Amino acid sequence: MKFTLNWLGDHLDTNCSLNEICEGLIKLGHEVESVSDPRQNLSNFKIVEIKDVKPHPEADRLQVCTVDENGNLLQIICGAPNARIGLKTVLAPVGTYVPGIDIVIKKSIIRGQESNGMLCAFSELALDGDSDGIIELAEDAVIGTPYIEYAQLNDPIIEIAITPNRGDCLGVRGIARDLSAANIGKLRPLDTTECKGVFKSPINWHLAKDCEAIVPRVTGRYFRNVSNRNCPAWMAKRLIAVGQRPISALVDITNYIMIDLGRPLHAFDADKISGDTLFIRRAEDKEKIVALNDKEYACTPDMLVIGDEDGADDIAGIMGGQRTGINDSTNNLFLEIAVFDPISVATTGRSLNIHSEARYRFERGLDGESPDLLSGYIARFVQQICGGEISYEVSVGKGVDWKRNITFNPESTKKMTGIELPNVEQTNILKNLGFIVRQKQNDSWDVMPPAWRNDVDGQADLVEEIIRIAGYDKLPMVPLPKTSVVAQPAYSNEQLRPIYLRRMLVAAGLTEAITFSFMAQSDALLFDGGGDALKVVNPISSELDCMRPSIIPNLLQALSRNMNRGVKNICLFEIGPVFKGTKETDQMLSCTGVLSGDYHIGDWQNNARAVDVFDAKKIMEQICEVLSISQQSLQIKVPGPDWFHPGQSGTMMLGKADIGSFGMLHPEILDNFDVKVPVAAFDCNVSAVPLSRKKTVARTLLKLSAFQPVERDFAFLLDQNVTAASLLKAVKVAAKNHISDVGIFDIYKGAEIADGKKSIAVKVQLTPDNATFTEVELQKISDDIVKSVENQCSATLRS
Amino acid sequence: MADIDHLREKFLKDIKAARDLAYLNEVKVAALGKKGAVSAELSKLGQMNSDERKEAGQLINSIKQELISALSERQIVLARQALQEKLNTEKIDVSLPSRPSVQAKMHPISRTMEEISAIFSDMGFVIAEGPEIETDENNFTALNIPPEHPARQEHDTFYLQPDEYGERPVLRTHTSPVQIRTMRSTSPPIRIIVPGRTYRSDHDATHSPMFHQCEGLVIGPNIHMGHLKATLIDFCRTFFGLDELPVRFRPSYFPFTEPSAEVDIGCNRDGGGLKIGAGEDWLEILGSGMVNPRVLENCGYDPATTQGFAFGMGVERLAMLKYGIPDLRTFYDTDLRWLHHYGFMPHDVVGLHTGLV
Repeated sequence: MKFTLNWLGDHLDTNCSLNEICEGLIKLGHEVESVSDPRQNLSNFKIVEIKDVKPHPEADRLQVCTVDENGNLLQIICGAPNARIGLKTVLAPVGTYVPGIDIVIKKSIIRGQESNGMLCAFSELALDGDSDGIIELAEDAVIGTPYIEYAQLNDPIIEIAITPNRGDCLGVRGIARDLSAANIGKLRPLDTTECKGVFKSPINWHLAKDCEAIVPRVTGRYFRNVSNRNCPAWMAKRLIAVGQRPISALVDITNYIMIDLGRPLHAFDADKISGDTLFIRRAEDKEKIVALNDKEYACTPDMLVIGDEDGADDIAGIMGGQRTGINDSTNNLFLEIAVFDPISVATTGRSLNIHSEARYRFERGLDGESPDLLSGYIARFVQQICGGEISYEVSVGKGVDWKRNITFNPESTKKMTGIELPNVEQTNILKNLGFIVRQKQNDSWDVMPPAWRNDVDGQADLVEEIIRIAGYDKLPMVPLPKTSVVAQPAYSNEQLRPIYLRRMLVAAGLTEAITFSFMAQSDALLFDGGGDALKVVNPISSELDCMRPSIIPNLLQALSRNMNRGVKNICLFEIGPVFKGTKETDQMLSCTGVLSGDYHIGDWQNNARAVDVFDAKKIMEQICEVLSISQQSLQIKVPGPDWFHPGQSGTMMLGKADIGSFGMLHPEILDNFDVKVPVAAFDCNVSAVPLSRKKTVARTLLKLSAFQPVERDFAFLLDQNVTAASLLKAVKVAAKNHISDVGIFDIYKGAEIADGKKSIAVKVQLTPDNATFTEVELQKISDDIVKSVENQCSATLRS
Repeated sequence: MADIDHLREKFLKDIKAARDLAYLNEVKVAALGKKGAVSAELSKLGQMNSDERKEAGQLINSIKQELISALSERQIVLARQALQEKLNTEKIDVSLPSRPSVQAKMHPISRTMEEISAIFSDMGFVIAEGPEIETDENNFTALNIPPEHPARQEHDTFYLQPDEYGERPVLRTHTSPVQIRTMRSTSPPIRIIVPGRTYRSDHDATHSPMFHQCEGLVIGPNIHMGHLKATLIDFCRTFFGLDELPVRFRPSYFPFTEPSAEVDIGCNRDGGGLKIGAGEDWLEILGSGMVNPRVLENCGYDPATTQGFAFGMGVERLAMLKYGIPDLRTFYDTDLRWLHHYGFMPHDVVGLHTGLV
């Protein structure tokens, strides 16, 4: 909502400064978005007359001017072609800041001639206007007066944000009324006396029965022989200042009244109305209206329209139609002042997707009395500007039922806000805001809000009104009572998991990304997602039209972007939501990462090592550790999902639960994301991992062997398809109580190994618990190991 | 006897002359070895009478002891010398670069959410969460935003396909639906914050289609707007680490609170930059208010006996203001240069015990 300070002055009698008014607006809840005050930059510019012009002796394009600045003659060098004797123009005296060129004028010597100021073009004042030469003012401009006074530019423009509940402040008068309640001036009276009219309106209303509930009140008047030329200059200036383009007097008046009084009007060209009746009714199905914005709209029967014998031509409360609209040759006017049901207007506006100033005000609720109360004022206003004769008023509708009583207990102000205010003060505040307060027998009051405050409907609203005027700075500071001596943890065990995972992964050298939860459906389809239920109906782009089934695509895009910037070794992860469906339980927390380039970066001493499946596996294992899953309880199912390399990936199973996958990504997938290098990935479904049931923080007792461990190495010859995991398992079960560590230290497929076979060498560490192993014991353990592996893995011990 | 003195002289001289451990060992063998000179002298004792033997034996043994200690002294010197020579050959140019590694970083949003959590945790809040695909009811209607409400238009909602009952799920436009979920599933007192992802169909220099909010809700006996004021002022001052940070409350409107307040913090724009703290200007930082009685009723609470406050803040905005990050859109670009510059180390512990600035 934009208005000027002078405009506000029409309604508000105040001595307060611009600054005080702005402060007042903020305290009332009207956020000041901008204030532009031409007085700040332009107050020094003065009107002068050029008394003499001589050519500059040293420069062809310059002239030496002598100007009269209120009796004081100054020499000024000027390059404008239109500088001439007798011209009244605008001077920037020495010391003036010139906003259009961002410099301060100094006394100077220009090619040997003294210059004591600058004669200005509009552009130098940062104003619109012909800037080919210096400003040319009319003969009657008075020498020595400030230019902003002469040009009436001394009117600051204020823009405030009006919250959706305050439809009553979508007019300058409403803002003035709010300010006056806060004692920032007095509201000037508005002449709302009746205007009788001199003839019977040739046009009448007809309100359809089924529309009575959504059309509480409509008044109208016929204006005969009006002249629709330009609106007066003062009105044009104000409209321009608030961003409206003047069109013609009648159109401008409807705009002006809408901004001035917050009261949208609709003007019909009466001569274009067929017949003598305007029907207020529901639209026919697919009934077409070409609106004032030149667009054609197809209405539906739930929409309220106004029309004549030839059909509808006004979408009620939203936008008028072209067929019956005003133009420059309009002679006879029919003016509508209405209150429609806000929900009806909002619904229609939303379905037709029309955003108009009228709709904005109708759907926020209008003053229920305004069609009758302002009818006379508006009629006189039209006549003053456009002349003509005014008809009697014609109206329909039972009237707006705005009167209601709210039971209010003044104690509730303190109860809700902590602010203690005497009852008298609370009553006064409400009265100043136009509320009617009646004390009841008991301690509570009956409070009736004024007709323009249809947002107020409960005790809490009244409390807000009272403290809004009393001032939020009166709110006391009361700390919340302590719930426990030492603060309890804010995170649950489940919520702590991403916190821990994040720190582990960053410490492991992966950088955290946060990416959008939606992606292109085509990408989602590659990762078992992309179902229509998860499609965004109104995406901002087709690249972001589907809820993601996996974070891998987002990370691959990020990887590709970074590679294009020349980064080679990239390790990224994200912990965030993925979606299987729209249900609450379909949202899963995923901890996902991609690795590419060299995992170990080469240097002058060591060779680089490119990422491989075991880097991803290692991180999955670390994730499992953070999630308190023991390695023994995990099983690896191969291969991983389709988007992984079929021979270099796996899925980690915790019992029957798939808790995540790891491996190299499938080359076709990489291709799809324009990634040219191998990428390892891990993708843990954190939500699938049950919470660990930590019973106690105390650890189990640590038992340490006092005896030295011994190591034994074995090399087995196995079939190519026997997994390392089954070998290790066979080793471990053979001597569960003694084996403290098993590791693979060599895998060999050389000349002496038959085709389809491989040799795996394991190192077993054996730790005794009671006494050092005897040779016999060691031999027995070794034999058991060999036997176990031979039996379970069809292996033979290599000699 | 002259012989043995001569031997003593000779070996002491040899020991002294030894330049390396190998030579010293030869001297040791020649002197004290089984076939060495001293052994040879000792073997002669058997041919002497007892007086001579006693005298000669004592003499030889004392010479032997003298040689042993001379050898061991020399051995220490030569061993140290040998080690020194070896170390000299091992010299490396330690100005060579150490092994390369990449320092990874945590995203500033994660850091900021943890900071917010740390501060509210100290005031007795716990974290609540809710799904990002929400019902219209939880996201709007129960929060007193009926379908025609003008505030809905300001939410720029993303919708998903209608389900079999014609209900359109929405991507939550704020974290406020978790207020509804919490109130409908628990009874007072409530003290929660809700950090999380939120979505609005808006994409320009100051809007991202996905962003983060942190909601707060306190319901309890006699919780009034004074508690709201103290809680949020304490939060702002702790978060920015400025004890004297000016904080301003001004009336505003949210459908789900009544009375409502917007909260501004002081700032200074002198010299082009933005500095949080005392100054001429104000920056809007969060929205708040007393929970609207209609919202309480929608959740089955009796507004006559139950009240409380709620607030909501934009996590990106807080991070931008605190850490001087100029552009919202960069948060989701995953530009490693940006993440490295604005991100945090894993050892950057977040806690009131370590401080938050």
